[in-house]
Amino acid sequence: MNTQLFTYTLHLADNAFILGQRNSEWTGHGPVVEQDIAITNISLDFIGQARNFYQYAATLYNNFSDAEKKEIDFLIPRLWKTYNRELQEDDLAFLRDERQYMNLLITELPRGDWAFTVLRQFFFSAFQYYQYSALQRSRDTQLAAIAEKSLKEVTYHLRWSGEWVVRLGDGTPESTDRIIRALQDLWMFTGEFFIPTGYEHAANSSGYGVDVVALRDPWEAKVASVFTEAHLKMPSDAWAQEGGKEGRHTEHLGYLLAEMQYLQRTYPNATW
Amino acid sequence: MVTEQNIWHLLEEVKDPEVPVLSIVDLGIVRQVSTEDDQINITITPTYSGCPAMDVINMDIRLKLIEKGYRKINIQQSLSPAWTTDWMSDEGKRKLKAYGIAPPNQKQQFCTSEMFAEEAVQCPRCSSYNTRLVSQFGSTACKAMYQCSDCKEAFDYFKCH
Repeated sequence: MNTQLFTYTLHLADNAFILGQRNSEWTGHGPVVEQDIAITNISLDFIGQARNFYQYAATLYNNFSDAEKKEIDFLIPRLWKTYNRELQEDDLAFLRDERQYMNLLITELPRGDWAFTVLRQFFFSAFQYYQYSALQRSRDTQLAAIAEKSLKEVTYHLRWSGEWVVRLGDGTPESTDRIIRALQDLWMFTGEFFIPTGYEHAANSSGYGVDVVALRDPWEAKVASVFTEAHLKMPSDAWAQEGGKEGRHTEHLGYLLAEMQYLQRTYPNATW
Repeated sequence: MVTEQNIWHLLEEVKDPEVPVLSIVDLGIVRQVSTEDDQINITITPTYSGCPAMDVINMDIRLKLIEKGYRKINIQQSLSPAWTTDWMSDEGKRKLKAYGIAPPNQKQQFCTSEMFAEEAVQCPRCSSYNTRLVSQFGSTACKAMYQCSDCKEAFDYFKCH
């Protein structure tokens, strides 16, 4: 059960971390300076949330028995094992390989154009909003505290991204065309939110995690209400891409990690 | 003999590195101070999860106390209850306004996911409420950008959280 809590915590961290890294690619490239600042501020919130989860995961791991450590050895970075010191947040963030990441596929997709970025943000923030709302009632006090803290930020992200969906959907022919294309590309990645993995089942039944199946209805209602205002049609196709939460990723994650992890892998234990 | 009162007093000299007119006590991020003999325990809470000022604040607290001769310092971070702008002192709000940053409104209906909601923000220069939102995000995580439609001055708003 302890090791499942570790895995679940890592999954929550990875979602925030990978989307945070992806959004940060907009730094200096936003369509206007205010929105450049907006999307990178959202990145900063995500990386802060990820740090809180990684710190907690590292603490859990360091207190595990040898048997427990063995059980989740496949998630632990190989390079860290040569360090002979306790596991730290940065080891989990910067030294794991692709298959050891458990983020949703939607978070790792390339940033695309502005329509793709804001629609992805909206889908993810709406999901995270309901997920963290429920996680505040977690039996695990640390997960509950991180959720309570992060929810305020997520509420702001949801509002900002929803407004952009309306602005583009109900905007010019060009903006409408772009957000419809983004919708076609993104929709099949939203189903994964609500397909629970083994560790999510365990988290839910033990009372420290969230029942993701139950989040589908409120999420769809939220999306539908914003889509109505944006004059966008809810797709009816229910087929979902999945695998990210169990370490099976698109080809895009490897490139993202190569760039993000370069420094820690080239100069192990570098600090500034 | 260290007293909690002494420590609170010293913490008032530690400034927010990004809004240097505010002390960390004004900001409401110091949640608890306790002392046992010469051991000092301080609990602080972050404003935003990713606020880069937190690491600096941690170090500044330590430096301030060391400067005053204290050596055994333990600083803990607490996430719950989550920080809110309602914890900012009235003195802090007054200092913000004098510095040219609109202080946060009372945390109320505006901290919702409701789209296109408008908040009445008062211009810190001419006190007009005839202002408009320029950007929901500003130079730091805790601020939004506004412009006054009367005096035309652009200003930061310390957004309610």
